[in-house]
Amino acid sequence: MTERPHYILHHPKLHRRTMSAWWWLGNWMFTKFALRELTCVSVGYIATLLLLQLHALGRGPKAYIDFLEMMKSPLFIVLNGVAFPLVLYHALTWFHLTPKALVIRLRGMRVPDSLIITLNYLVWIILSLAVIVIVGG
Amino acid sequence: MPNTITFAVTRYRPEQESEPTIQNYEVPYDKDWVILDALNYIKDELDGTLSFRWSCRMGVCGSCGMMVNGSPKLTCATFLSDYLPGPIRVEPLRYFPILRDLVVEMSDFMQKLKKVKPWIIRAAEGRPEESEFIQTPAQLDLYKQFSMCINCTLCYSACPVYGLEPAFIGPAAIALAQRYNQDSRDEGAEERHDILSEEDGAWECTFVGECTKACPKDVDPAGAIQQFKVTNTNRWFKSLLFPKGSK
Repeated sequence: MTERPHYILHHPKLHRRTMSAWWWLGNWMFTKFALRELTCVSVGYIATLLLLQLHALGRGPKAYIDFLEMMKSPLFIVLNGVAFPLVLYHALTWFHLTPKALVIRLRGMRVPDSLIITLNYLVWIILSLAVIVIVGG
Repeated sequence: MPNTITFAVTRYRPEQESEPTIQNYEVPYDKDWVILDALNYIKDELDGTLSFRWSCRMGVCGSCGMMVNGSPKLTCATFLSDYLPGPIRVEPLRYFPILRDLVVEMSDFMQKLKKVKPWIIRAAEGRPEESEFIQTPAQLDLYKQFSMCINCTLCYSACPVYGLEPAFIGPAAIALAQRYNQDSRDEGAEERHDILSEEDGAWECTFVGECTKACPKDVDPAGAIQQFKVTNTNRWFKSLLFPKGSK
């Protein structure tokens, strides 16, 4: 044998798959995730509105009444009507995801997820009641 | 109860085709069979050219991960009876390049795993004076869940972020980094911190949460990633408040 043995190098012909831009539509869990992420637009909208409201308040009674009048226009009623449930959905999904990030240990035992979620709801209800009492009273 | 069940299996033979194709096989139905049993039946009785990875048959080795009807599964732990009346679609793990048929190329994961230094790092070599590292059950409990990872990469196939951004270090690598960060014997959290907090690290995760659902060992990678984000944020706040203070 004159020819020296040689190895054939491994040259895999890999097939790479591409992801469709509509990947989040095929699976309900992915769609829910995309919706949750999209609802942040509503959160941004409500936050901006709140800042504008505070700004109007700072400029005096006339500006504040003008702001409230503007909120009575059909456009804002529709916008707020759409934004509110989306913000609610956003907040509630994050309530349910909190235990993943928040690990609390008491006497060596991990506080159950359900308790952390319940505490989120409790704080939310208490704060909402406080706001109602302050604004209403 | 059916006598047979149809399997639609992805075939990719790079020497003869440029795109993967689907091949159907009729496999006898047995209520005790898992998908892997059916694939072995195909290999032994119907078509010896079908390639797939497997080893332990008992959910420990992590090599038989495939997409079953669109979800990442360990085929040794997925029963035919859950997919009646069929057909059952078996594909190679999503987001990884296909090497052949159901076999994917995993070196990307292997490199990422190595990058997070998944071993105990000590500041100084040698053992403590007592000649062993004492660890209480409570300390073990802090990381035990993350230590159950078998590197099957189902979580990568469940993660659309990894699909869209292949540089993302990924769920299992971060969970394993946290497994060592939380270990009382380890002193390497600082070294891993830089890798996990960089652009392709934990902050790439948008918390889809599917990795945790796909995990066959209940590791909860999504939890590990969010917990790292909390640690990372706290550290950032501390560095902001005490610029000269200890880390």
